Amino acid sequence: MTLKKLAALALTTTLAAAPAVADLVIPDLSYRTGPYAAGGTPFSDGYQDYFNLLNARDGGIGGEAVRIVECETGYNTEKGVECYESTKGEGALIYQPLSTGITYQLIPKATADQIPLHTMGYGRTSAAKGEVFNWVFNYPANYWDAASVMVNYLLGENGGSLDGKKIALVYHNSAYGKEPIRTLENLSAQHGFKLDLLAVDHPGQEQKSQWLQIRRSRPDYVLMWGWGVMNQVAVQEAANIGFPMENFIGNWWSGAEHDVTPAGAAANGYKSLNMNRINAELPVFADIKKHVHDAGNAAGDGSNIGKVLYTRGMYAAMLAAEGIANAQSIHGVSDITPAQLRDGMESLEITNARMEELGMGGVGPAFSVSCSDHGGNGLGIVQQWNAGEGKWVALTDYITPDDAVTQPLIDEDAAAFAAENNITPGCL
Amino acid sequence: MFYREAGDFKTTYQEDSQTFPIKFDRWRYWAVLAVAYLFIPFVINDYWASAVFIPFLIYSIAAIGLNILTGYCGQVSLGTGGFMAVGAFACYKLMTAFPDVNIIFHIIISGGVTAAVGAAFGLPSLRIKGFYLAVATLAAQFFLVWLFNKVAWFYNYSASGQINAPERFVGNVAVTGPNADAWAKYLICLVFLTVCALIARNLTRGAIGRTWMAIRDMDIAAEIIGVNPLRAKLMAFAVSSFFIGVSGAMFFAIYLGAVEVGEAFGIQKSFLVLFMIIIGGLGSIFGSFAGAAFLVILPVALKLVGVDLLGFPTDLVSHFQLVIIGALIMFFLIKEPHGLAQLWRLAKEKLRLWPFPY
Repeated sequence: MTLKKLAALALTTTLAAAPAVADLVIPDLSYRTGPYAAGGTPFSDGYQDYFNLLNARDGGIGGEAVRIVECETGYNTEKGVECYESTKGEGALIYQPLSTGITYQLIPKATADQIPLHTMGYGRTSAAKGEVFNWVFNYPANYWDAASVMVNYLLGENGGSLDGKKIALVYHNSAYGKEPIRTLENLSAQHGFKLDLLAVDHPGQEQKSQWLQIRRSRPDYVLMWGWGVMNQVAVQEAANIGFPMENFIGNWWSGAEHDVTPAGAAANGYKSLNMNRINAELPVFADIKKHVHDAGNAAGDGSNIGKVLYTRGMYAAMLAAEGIANAQSIHGVSDITPAQLRDGMESLEITNARMEELGMGGVGPAFSVSCSDHGGNGLGIVQQWNAGEGKWVALTDYITPDDAVTQPLIDEDAAAFAAENNITPGCL
Repeated sequence: MFYREAGDFKTTYQEDSQTFPIKFDRWRYWAVLAVAYLFIPFVINDYWASAVFIPFLIYSIAAIGLNILTGYCGQVSLGTGGFMAVGAFACYKLMTAFPDVNIIFHIIISGGVTAAVGAAFGLPSLRIKGFYLAVATLAAQFFLVWLFNKVAWFYNYSASGQINAPERFVGNVAVTGPNADAWAKYLICLVFLTVCALIARNLTRGAIGRTWMAIRDMDIAAEIIGVNPLRAKLMAFAVSSFFIGVSGAMFFAIYLGAVEVGEAFGIQKSFLVLFMIIIGGLGSIFGSFAGAAFLVILPVALKLVGVDLLGFPTDLVSHFQLVIIGALIMFFLIKEPHGLAQLWRLAKEKLRLWPFPY
């Protein structure tokens, strides 16, 4: 009896493990648990819902159905590796881990396995240099762009000069948070502002001493590289010490609804960057509602639609889907391989007309990818939280980063990576 | 019937004090080794290696190390994560500074570096005991993680503070880096584990192990019968840290390949290894293996059953993992406070009498 049961179990396991044929496999390395779940959940909902929309409305991409394989990483690198290894055997086309730590793990692995990695606005900034990082894409923008956009915005606020100003950076003490430091240091030398670095350890619930320091040193501006529970705590602490919220600017991972709502009215005026515009009225959301949510196929509970990170997750899925469609048209096959998708991503061009056509006009900047530039144009907007109405309001149009500052840093870091790993830079 | 001492005659002292006095156990031991060395490397794939076998082998080394300190010498330590970080960063610095030296030597030297650091942090153990010592080692944990975050020299001034393992070879087979094959990574971990376990077993049953156990059972009495507590305790710290350093070096270089100190070697890691030896059994080499296996394999098994077999949502399964593992830990500790090793011992006792228990 027991033996029979065991045999049945073993049989079902092998059946379940056998790969399904001829569909586009998109792993979703999500995190819906742990201290970073608040950000991971809406992003993953948006990512999955868009692919489900394509399946339900258009019958997949180029007639090929998309199969999503979700794997919970908990923002933990060990689990991330386990997820990567368990999903890659199913014919995974593209990875979007939404974690800088996991990205660092996956860059060498995905390169060796020849699977493209899309780290949208996170991960290793120097991956923008496509000659060295052939399989890694971080368009439309990266952290160094974000740092530069912030400084350019502040320059605009201050009549073109930040001389003698004091800027503090509150950052998550990890690869993610440390990424902008080098750029900000260069910018501080260039524009003459003083930079204070304040690290916050994982998971970020304890920030009393950092904000006490801010209270004492009274910087003119506070920039933040935070994620997960750290954002909510930082906004609350800033409110507690009475720091003027309009001088507190988070990056694009520190500017979602759930980051500011816990602080209530005190969060009013908090600013953050965004790489995508937010507009809950986009036609694509109505389509998702109709074809996915009303059909009972929502990835989450369906409550996140139209929110900042949901929009970004959907935007990421759109970029992946466009890459797949581009690869299909280049290679003339519908069931593409990861290597063909890489070609599709490398010659990707996103135009305003195309975004309009997809029902998400103006969601992101228009940009194009090439072998030498995997990073897009790095534009970002500044948005401000209106606590009364409970929504983010865009303050600016897309701000251009200072490529003269970021490009040499990217070249330097990419060259160091190439030397460490014996890579001869070149296009595939 | 077949599991008994009777009829197995020992004619030398050496035979009399061997690890496995029962013939069946000796055969089983060789059979396990044969499967591990001659069968698994031929069938292992990337998934099984990275999800199950390599973490199991590496955590086993760490658990053996902590078991020497806590289980055999009775010094509670919460600094395991920090000491693993020392091993990892020592290995990284050695790998990048001396690229021509074989990785095996780097791993061993990393263990040596960790032994020195561990012995230094073991000094307070001469004055303080129990919970107070645990707090002192906790300080080591936080200090070491802070150090590796703060001083850029340790991560070669990289922009992100990440350390990445370059590709290294044993013979001409890559064992680190993305192009290393699953079997090569598995085998090098297995060789290290086998050697470490043999060393640990022979240390703990010899004179040194007896002095550790004497200290553990009653340090004043041990001092009266002539055990030098300074020597015994510092040695326990050094030997234990050596194993933990080796495991940290392999955790970084072979298993993950890229490591961020706060995330990979935080306080959770110290607790994880401590739970391994508590669940597995304090003061037992077998217990270290059992505990590591329990905490490495169970989450993967639960995930396979929950997500892949039953199709539950991933977040639900991940929350259930915490519940189930927590409940199992409590169940084991209530039912068998001496851990899985004691269950194993009892099973062997019963097996000796089987099928005539009276």
